Amino acid sequence: MRELIVNGVRIDDTFAEAFEMRATALTITAASARWARQAAVTMTGFATSVIGCGCEAGIDRELTPRETPDGRFGVRVLLFAVSTTELQKQLQNRVGQCVLTSPGSACYAGLQGEETLKLGNAVRFFGDGWQISKRFGGKHYWRVPAMDGEFVCEATTGLTKRAVGGGNLLIMGASAGGTLAAAEAAVKAIDAVPDVIMPFPGGIARSGSKIGSKYKARASTNEAYCPTLRGTVDSALDEDVASVLEIVIDGLTREAVAAAMQAGIAAVIKLGPKRGAVRLGAGNFGGKLGPYHFRLKDLRP
Amino acid sequence: MKPLVLTLRAQPDQRLDLSPLVPHRLAGQSATEIERLELQTTRRRVTVGDIFRVALGDPQNMRIENTSSRLDLIGHGMGDGEIVVEGDVGNQVGRLMTGGRLTIKGSVGLWAASGMKGGQIEIADTAGDWLGGPLAGEMAGMRGGVVVVRGNAGDRAGDRMRRGMIIVEGKAGNYAGSRMIAGTVIVRRSAGPLPGYLMRRGTIVLGHGCDELSPTFLDCGVHDLVASRLMAAFVKDYSAGAAAVFRSPLRRFAGDVAALGRGEIFCA
Repeated sequence: MRELIVNGVRIDDTFAEAFEMRATALTITAASARWARQAAVTMTGFATSVIGCGCEAGIDRELTPRETPDGRFGVRVLLFAVSTTELQKQLQNRVGQCVLTSPGSACYAGLQGEETLKLGNAVRFFGDGWQISKRFGGKHYWRVPAMDGEFVCEATTGLTKRAVGGGNLLIMGASAGGTLAAAEAAVKAIDAVPDVIMPFPGGIARSGSKIGSKYKARASTNEAYCPTLRGTVDSALDEDVASVLEIVIDGLTREAVAAAMQAGIAAVIKLGPKRGAVRLGAGNFGGKLGPYHFRLKDLRP
Repeated sequence: MKPLVLTLRAQPDQRLDLSPLVPHRLAGQSATEIERLELQTTRRRVTVGDIFRVALGDPQNMRIENTSSRLDLIGHGMGDGEIVVEGDVGNQVGRLMTGGRLTIKGSVGLWAASGMKGGQIEIADTAGDWLGGPLAGEMAGMRGGVVVVRGNAGDRAGDRMRRGMIIVEGKAGNYAGSRMIAGTVIVRRSAGPLPGYLMRRGTIVLGHGCDELSPTFLDCGVHDLVASRLMAAFVKDYSAGAAAVFRSPLRRFAGDVAALGRGEIFCA
């Protein structure tokens, strides 16, 4: 594998292999930024991987009162799944259990699309007949009575079938601290890119996986990138790599994922090998499974 | 492109049906063809040319000048474009309208916006009774769109309304929002007695209360609702004054429990 070295950071001549996904977006508002974020964090909890969670979800960005339909603080949330049916199921359950229940919350479509998913149209039945339908300005809202007033929820939200899941960066460092610092810098840079999420804790995964297992599991540890196994397996790691962290990126479009990876790569390179990572790589399956290939050398600054 | 201008020659001897004079029906017609269109409501034949001077222009941008309260059914079934009327007009303005914009720079008669499904009507002065209401035998009145009345509205504004929004910047008469099925009626000032009479669903907002509220409306207390914010954000593009009604918490009355009882009246 040929390497490219920029600012002392080795960049593998490889690519991230990504897949088509179904996605939607929501705008969640509340009386304060704290409670809007709380509803969003709760809703996007346990949504790191479609393998075990049914969907991948995260916060795209925080919204000012000028950007929300009701003029309150808000948060834009993105949800990704492998099928429309699963996305609808996850959306309905998560809004019903996590947003409806959050004090003062309201929920609106965060994406316009030709196809739609049921939002308030699914949650309204909580109103037990007391729910109120309001249509104005080309929008349809449901008002569901709740103990602190009303839960307002837009009837539907948009669906996109052009979403991309599985953009990724493998950040390799000489120490655990340096690797984490580089990953944090990348996450911070990617946070500024619209229409993408990083679904793992704090945007970072320490347990990159491969498909399959010697046991009955769909995925298992990616031993080629485990530094403690370097002497015992066909390792992909160099002598100077002591820690690897992965950033997984889902985006509403291919362009958004590319922009996010570009921002992440630039941040890691800027930090340099002394304070951050010595090497950057990406995960793929040989290019035969996913239709989207993001080559690192094309995305470097 | 210049607008199509119709200027009334003199006050007509009979009430006239102006329903043929809407943009989509005049598209592609010459001035002569437009002048031959019949408008009479009695047996005496009257054409556009007898009544109006026609200055041909873009029918998507029509002007009717020097009007009369005997001109009925202006904007009937209008689906797109714009009609601006300089003065008072008769009954059923914007009836069955589905789109476009209709501006009346005067007062309108009975049943304005009757059966309206979409678009926008702005009435600079007062509106007569049955604003947005159904004609005899019809199950529902207004079914969509937005009507803004800068002055007062007559009795039974929003009668049997099913969808859409009526904004009255002045006062409303008796029985505002009577028999409402759904939709929203906002009265910036006060309403006459018994607003929401026999309403099933829908929302009535009264900026200065009403003369008498039916005992079949139940006081639910004062609330600051998110729905008020959404309505205010929508209404402010049409009427800053009406949007101001939503600035403070509103008292909610649920009713009319003499009917289905799922409607509501908000009072500032």
